Amino acid sequence: MRRMMVTIVALMLLALPAAHAVQPDEIMSDPAKEARARDLSRELRCMVCQNQSIDDSDAPLARDLRLLVRERIAAGDSNSQVLDFLVARYGEFVLLKPRFERQTVLLWLLAPLLLVGGGLALWLQIRRRARSGADLPAPPLTADEEARLAALMSDETKSP
Amino acid sequence: MIAESGHYALVLALGLALIQSIVPLIGARLRDAALMNVARSAALAQLLFVGASFIALVMLHVNSDFSVANVYENSHSMKPLIYKITGVWGNHEGSMLLWVSILASFGGMVAAFGNNLPLSLRAHVLAVQAWIASAFYLFILVTSNPFLRIANPPIEGRDLNPVLQDIGLAVHPPMLYLGYVGFSISFSFAIAALMEGRIDAAWARWVRPWTLVAWIFLTLGIAMGSYWAYYELGWGGWWFWDPVENASLMPWLAGTALLHSALVMEKRNALKVWTILLSILTFSLSLLGTFLVRSGVITSVHAFATDPTRGVFILLILCLFIGGSLSLFAGRATSLKQGGLFAPISREGALVLNNLLLSVACAVVLFGTLYPLAMEALDFKMSVGAPFYNLTFVPLFALLLLAVPLGPMLAWKRGDLLGVTQRLLAAGVAALVVIAIVWAWTRGGSALAPLAIGLGVFVIGGAMTDLSERTGLFRLPFATTLHRARGLPRSAWGAAFAHAGLGIALIGIVCETTWNSEYIATMKQNDVAHVAGYDLKLDGLSQRQGPNFREMIAEFNVSRDGEKISVMTPSKRNFTTRGSSTTEAALLTRGASQLYVSLGDATADGAIAVRIYHKPLVLLIWWGPVLMAFGGMLSLSDRRLRVGAPKPARAKQRLQPAE
Repeated sequence: MRRMMVTIVALMLLALPAAHAVQPDEIMSDPAKEARARDLSRELRCMVCQNQSIDDSDAPLARDLRLLVRERIAAGDSNSQVLDFLVARYGEFVLLKPRFERQTVLLWLLAPLLLVGGGLALWLQIRRRARSGADLPAPPLTADEEARLAALMSDETKSP
Repeated sequence: MIAESGHYALVLALGLALIQSIVPLIGARLRDAALMNVARSAALAQLLFVGASFIALVMLHVNSDFSVANVYENSHSMKPLIYKITGVWGNHEGSMLLWVSILASFGGMVAAFGNNLPLSLRAHVLAVQAWIASAFYLFILVTSNPFLRIANPPIEGRDLNPVLQDIGLAVHPPMLYLGYVGFSISFSFAIAALMEGRIDAAWARWVRPWTLVAWIFLTLGIAMGSYWAYYELGWGGWWFWDPVENASLMPWLAGTALLHSALVMEKRNALKVWTILLSILTFSLSLLGTFLVRSGVITSVHAFATDPTRGVFILLILCLFIGGSLSLFAGRATSLKQGGLFAPISREGALVLNNLLLSVACAVVLFGTLYPLAMEALDFKMSVGAPFYNLTFVPLFALLLLAVPLGPMLAWKRGDLLGVTQRLLAAGVAALVVIAIVWAWTRGGSALAPLAIGLGVFVIGGAMTDLSERTGLFRLPFATTLHRARGLPRSAWGAAFAHAGLGIALIGIVCETTWNSEYIATMKQNDVAHVAGYDLKLDGLSQRQGPNFREMIAEFNVSRDGEKISVMTPSKRNFTTRGSSTTEAALLTRGASQLYVSLGDATADGAIAVRIYHKPLVLLIWWGPVLMAFGGMLSLSDRRLRVGAPKPARAKQRLQPAE
């Protein structure tokens, strides 16, 4: 319920004139901390936008989240502590890179499984076919083909 | 009157499509040439009527006829003419009409230029085209009719979304659709082959040019869209892994795989079943993309559920075509004879590897796009964004790029990997030298960037090595090389250019993401910003009235080492009708690099928020795809494809000239 309220409020704010992603007044004085904030911002979703990170988004909610991230960094949180804090508040939805969990196992393992499984299957199949093909005698010619071959051969001997 | 005529023409097109769906198939069954030829005339007539319908909608928009709901909702009488025209497809109904118009154009092209196709194959292909067309005509007429009237016509329209009022809208969607819809031809050929139960190397030779045409347009369409986002959205991002972008990337990946597997099939008569399957999958992904974009399911599963008419209709089309074609495939594929044996290490093997990597990459994008939707339905809200794809998609593509130079140099049937590696030594050394230089130059920076640039150099070097090997450059006298270069099939040149384009795009991507410099500040008049060696002085702000907007323009004097270079004028436009604004970034191109300035909000005391970027070698990101498309065009102009499949009758005549 609270999350829904947040969304509704944020949606109302969205109708206001757009601010711009990363405002001059948001930037932290320590460049190292600011760089960390920017890196973290790229991994966090602006929840009222369509698939934008808070680093890219113009929405006021994104600004609030950017400020929140910087607040946590200024308070001495590590990167993972900042992410934990935001997940606790807004849920997994806020992470653009989903964590490796029960619900996301399939998503993360898809590429390696397909690559290894597909590669193995293909390799075996190609080898099997190459081998069986090498062992297989050529299929015998049909009567039709025999006749054509004979005709061609006799042409060959006549023409030169 | 125009609206009614357009509507009526569309209904007639549906009627023609229905005839074209059935009659040619009956003809093929009865071996009746006249009935099979109905497909040809029906396809051409269908094109005529859809064309008329489309032109009718364009005329309504140009005339600003606000009694038509579609025009009222998306146009404005003060809008410049070009945007009145492009606004036709800047909305759901109109873009679906463009979709079917392009579908009909491809059908018409097969009908008009498909004279060298066997009659029954052409009849089957055009019939399948007509099934697709019928489904989408019905969709438009039932759920998305652009010709609906309003009982009490308003005086003024609601204007087009300002972000879309850009030249990008004139180019991007038509290109993209030419690509998406172009793959319907290879789909129809695949279904026709399955229905006829016959497929051979000649089939691949017919399919390849069509696939190539679609691929060229899709490549250009995606690149164009990316550049549009880059300059229009105001923060210089060019790829967001947004579901809408993924929807166009998936058919591109599958289509690229299809191009390569059709090559194996044409040359070596192998991979038949796989090529057929890829043809089906590629177009299925195009349909899926249409569904994702047009149904609203992307925004949220729940948004989709509240207004499901359109979504459910496309979903039905999707299930019908994908399900139907895959069942047909499952039933018939085993009857196709496999031919062309090859060892794992061979050109065929390399192309199989290409297909494996592209398919897995495509599956990753597919999963990344659909997984959150499925999870949302199970009440687990999650996001999949750029950081996910960087960890999954990017390594797959790096592997693929590593293999790209090897493939074209391996021999068919059985290759010599060691020999090829030796011949690629020069490219490898060049890559290592570049890695070392970049490493030394950017001491302490990211370790991945130099490696990635080295990979790009390796890919480009590999393409050049391939060409020089084939022409005997440095090995043979120069005249012989020149002669050989002229004799080299254009498809070989095309492949080299396309592969080099990949490397070039990679270098651009790495440079832009790694060494992008950024300056964000609030600036007053006469303030100077220093970015990447450039000095940008804010000379002043001014206001201007445009046709349907007001804009605030900032003037920046750009200089380097005290030397004046240019003036940049970014602006911010306010569109009164919709009450929304756009940022018009100013771009200054220096070689392949760009300076990028966009404006934020003005403060009360006359200062303005400014974002300035220096993006090194950023243009390579789009030059790469353009080069790839150019390679595709070269390959398309290859005599072998232009002439088409050999005709047995003509071949016989040529054998007996002396008589």
